[in-house]
Amino acid sequence: MENSQKIPSRSFAQRWHIKPILGTVIMVILLVFSSQMADVNVGMFFANLSQFTDLLVRMSNPTWSYLSIIWQPLYETIQMAILGTTIGTIFAVPFSLLAASNLVHNGIIRNVIRIILDLVRTLPDLLLAAIFVAIFGIGSTAGVVTLAIFSFGMISKLFYEVIETIDMGPIEALESVGARKLTVIWYAVIPQILNQFISYFLYTLEINVRASTVLGYIGAGGIGVFLQRSLNEFNYGATAVIILATLIIVLVIDGISNHLRRILL
Amino acid sequence: MTLDSANQLKKVWQRWQWILWMIVIAIIYIWAIGGIKFSGLQDSAGSVSKSILSGLVSPEWSYVYDGSGEDLISLIFQTLAIAFLGTFISAIISVPFAFWAARSIKERFFLRSGSGKVVLTLIRTFPEIVLAIMFIKAVGPGSYAGVLAVSIHSIGMLGKLFSEAIENMDRGAEEAINSVGGNAAQVFMLATLPIITPEFVSYTLYRFEIAVRSAAILGMVGAGGIGTPMIFAIQTRNWPRVGIILLGIIIMVLVIDTISEQMRKRLV
Repeated sequence: MENSQKIPSRSFAQRWHIKPILGTVIMVILLVFSSQMADVNVGMFFANLSQFTDLLVRMSNPTWSYLSIIWQPLYETIQMAILGTTIGTIFAVPFSLLAASNLVHNGIIRNVIRIILDLVRTLPDLLLAAIFVAIFGIGSTAGVVTLAIFSFGMISKLFYEVIETIDMGPIEALESVGARKLTVIWYAVIPQILNQFISYFLYTLEINVRASTVLGYIGAGGIGVFLQRSLNEFNYGATAVIILATLIIVLVIDGISNHLRRILL
Repeated sequence: MTLDSANQLKKVWQRWQWILWMIVIAIIYIWAIGGIKFSGLQDSAGSVSKSILSGLVSPEWSYVYDGSGEDLISLIFQTLAIAFLGTFISAIISVPFAFWAARSIKERFFLRSGSGKVVLTLIRTFPEIVLAIMFIKAVGPGSYAGVLAVSIHSIGMLGKLFSEAIENMDRGAEEAINSVGGNAAQVFMLATLPIITPEFVSYTLYRFEIAVRSAAILGMVGAGGIGTPMIFAIQTRNWPRVGIILLGIIIMVLVIDTISEQMRKRLV
């Protein structure tokens, strides 16, 4: 009785708020060190603000005539995204089946595959593009390969996470009558996951359309080539047109893909 | 009769609609494949790939640390500093944007939240590289431009995630404070903030993981970090150096992802 009426005692760390104070101190130290390392100079930004606003003013006068030049590269950007995502998906399917813990019971194979996928996912897209431009030369082929590898890493992870959530009943039923592994996958796994696969494919396509608009900046084809050209020529009116056109394309693709995904799920 | 035939039509449609989809998909792919000019492999492709691989296998270890401040370790830390500061600034700016874009029950035509969502989408779609180039014009090339680019670009995604967290939060605590006569400031400080802070921090950590990747490539346009020596090494075909920088980036991203994932697991 007496015990339950006692005020719960607080430990030393709780009484003096050691954790939050320590957290704040570490945060402040990190912020000071990072701003030193990154040469942050708040005054300089405001001193040069006029240049920045000048740039914005020049961008707010788009040269609409440029629109006729950038149709073709805009199409090319979407084509790159579609092909890259498709190639990446084709390679991702077997890998995701091998990485799913409910289909492959051999832990070594599964973990090796997962480590490979983790490594692929660490590399930023532009970095991959820079390397593939060196291999394939300037042009959209480098962009397609970059997007294929980029979407391979992403889709395999999304796919094997879906596969791990499926209902094991149909699989066990087929296995119990002696079906082969491929038969099990075809009749028990694929029907359960097809819609989610298509949905993730479309989601990756959205991301790739965004990514492919800047790949051209380092020579991997698409609208980015013209982005870089206009920026180098200080032709900011053209830059504005390119950004607006990209924006519309991205929004349209997002809209279509969102609509299709809502139908599917 | 008409109902019957309508049903029949629906059945036929359901039975055969896949053919329509197949045709649409086929047209899209024919269009896509026709549009890409496959340049094929360059003559030098084989030798270049071979030297990239040999560079990856035998990286230039002396570049890791030489005390000049231009070595791999200092630049990796500079990259992390860009991502950290950028994400920190962006998280603070994102909070008002999130409350602007969060849909509330009281709102009638969603004018406020709708306009907020449009602004966030515009920020999200504006290419980060172009932002970096614009900031380079303002503050000169270097990592400061990278910090500014990351902090503005991240608002688009953080604001969206934050506003969704606000929309889905539990309103019980707010009502409780309200019902005992708390004013708006008290409701915000004692109910809203404590409930959503862990989610905000979790999303900020997630965004930090992405910012590390983008800080690594912003250097390609001159905005500081590891990207600058990377693009120089690729342009001068210095493959052993490309190899060591790639290794550095991979290790950096893996370490940051693991730490951040652990912290996020504890938070939520």
